[in-house]
Amino acid sequence: MGTNNHSHNFNEQFEFTGKAKTWSLIAILIGILAIAYGFFTDHAERTFANLLLMSYYFTCVCAAGLFFLAVQYVAQAGWPTGFLRVPQAFSRVLPIASLILLVVCASGLLTHNLYHHWNGEGLSDPASENYDPIIAGKSGYLNVPFFLIRLVLFLGAYSFFAYLFNKFSKREDLYGGLVNYDKSIKWSAIFLIIFGFTTPIWAFDTIMSLEAHWFSTMFGWYNFAAMWLCGLCTIALTIIFLKKAGYMSWINENHFHDLGKFIFGFSIFWTYVWFSQFILIYYANMPEETVYFYKRWEPEYLPWFWVNIVINFVAPVLMLMSRNSKRKMNSLMVVCIMLLLGHWLDYYMMIMPGTVAEHRGFGIIEIGTAIGFAGLFIFLMLNQLSKRSLVPVNHPFLEESLHHQI
Amino acid sequence: MSNTKYILGHFEDPDDLMHGIDKLHENNVSIYDVFTPMPIHGIEDKLGIKRSRLPKVAFLFGITGTITAFSMLYFMLVIDWPMNIGGKPAFAFPDFIPVMFELTVLFCAFGMVGTFFYATHLFPGRAPRVMDLRATNDRFVIAIDAKENPYPTKIDDILKDAGAVEIKHNERKYVSYE
Repeated sequence: MGTNNHSHNFNEQFEFTGKAKTWSLIAILIGILAIAYGFFTDHAERTFANLLLMSYYFTCVCAAGLFFLAVQYVAQAGWPTGFLRVPQAFSRVLPIASLILLVVCASGLLTHNLYHHWNGEGLSDPASENYDPIIAGKSGYLNVPFFLIRLVLFLGAYSFFAYLFNKFSKREDLYGGLVNYDKSIKWSAIFLIIFGFTTPIWAFDTIMSLEAHWFSTMFGWYNFAAMWLCGLCTIALTIIFLKKAGYMSWINENHFHDLGKFIFGFSIFWTYVWFSQFILIYYANMPEETVYFYKRWEPEYLPWFWVNIVINFVAPVLMLMSRNSKRKMNSLMVVCIMLLLGHWLDYYMMIMPGTVAEHRGFGIIEIGTAIGFAGLFIFLMLNQLSKRSLVPVNHPFLEESLHHQI
Repeated sequence: MSNTKYILGHFEDPDDLMHGIDKLHENNVSIYDVFTPMPIHGIEDKLGIKRSRLPKVAFLFGITGTITAFSMLYFMLVIDWPMNIGGKPAFAFPDFIPVMFELTVLFCAFGMVGTFFYATHLFPGRAPRVMDLRATNDRFVIAIDAKENPYPTKIDDILKDAGAVEIKHNERKYVSYE
């Protein structure tokens, strides 16, 4: 086995040059062009819906990286230590992602391209002809200042914790010892409580309020499941591509096996919450709740409704069931890419019926925006990754991660 | 020809045990089984133990549960006593899913417990039989079938060289806690 002797280069640092840099910059350019195209061809609302989709997706993936860090610290897990730098890099991109999401939400509110269901003239004024008693009842919560305050507060808090964990990790690299690790555990526990209570509200605000008449208490967990799954898939993909580029010799099939189990388990968890939301609404059959699925059951969206379940549940369950498919890099890569595309569709199904409804489209704007944000994420994340060595050398569980075996 | 059925080599350290396994393999001594008080990484590969078939059993129990639940619900709600629940059709599939899911889990869990008892001879009330009493306590034990491997003194020497602290020649396969 030879597990006790290893010859890995722990000073290894990712070099962000060449193809990765060129292509991610080209992707960003494509994104900017597609967004500009959307605005110049009078598709402002559709472009804004896409911007919201991708900036939310982008922020979710970064937040999931932060969540991954916190969970592993609190669980005092050893196995992910070898690739802990990857979620750390995600978390360092979080402030930028949050800023983009904030700008998109704020400008969408300002130009009335987003959230016009609850943000409009006279919606809560009984004298106005636009008066909407349901929105009026919710206006104490759903109003522009409070909405923005919440968003700034939540995303600011997450970014602050991202900064804290990275600070502890940096000090750990420099000075060693357990002080910073213990601090990370303590702050992770605090972070997890805050994150657990605020992510549902974050999802209610940014996504669910697009259709402000409708509400579902499952929606927060449904979004959380999607976020965590997308984060795991992105982490796995990043490691796979790093390994293919010749980095991270210490990551082996055992680490992929655990990541694969996570992805397998949480794609089922996503279905579990998705279905829990669906069956409660289906069973109770109350008009104010069924309106959500009614819209998604129109011929415009129905095929995608089914594709969503197949690609995000049936396919990963069948493809990741066996032990070998989790341990082999290539099969895991295929599933991760499929799930990331699948969850784009999932977000699409959450956002589009409430914004552009029957004027939905799938073309230059959708594909271009997605490519642009993917490029932006890759560029920022790899840039952050290249700033520090690929292994937290003084992490107390490093040896355990190197010897990880299942 | 002695009456020795099994030779048991006791080790105090898992690394010595792993070393002992290597030594025995080098000398073409086949190992009957190894007992350790804790899991040791890499020992399955070393002993050439095949992957457990338990997942397949779990799948079969699970699918039995799914089918049982579906047929039960279908018989009760569609064939035997169709009812109008909220104006939905009698065969309202989404309503079936929670029960199907739960019975899948239930059958799978109970089936696995039963399979585990069956495979390990651990029925409630049955005194467990082990090859050595200290194997479940603090000793790492290699068991060698003496009928298959000639030259017991040579095996003793190999075990001693590898760091065995005690070597037993047992005339019975199992000792019982009784």
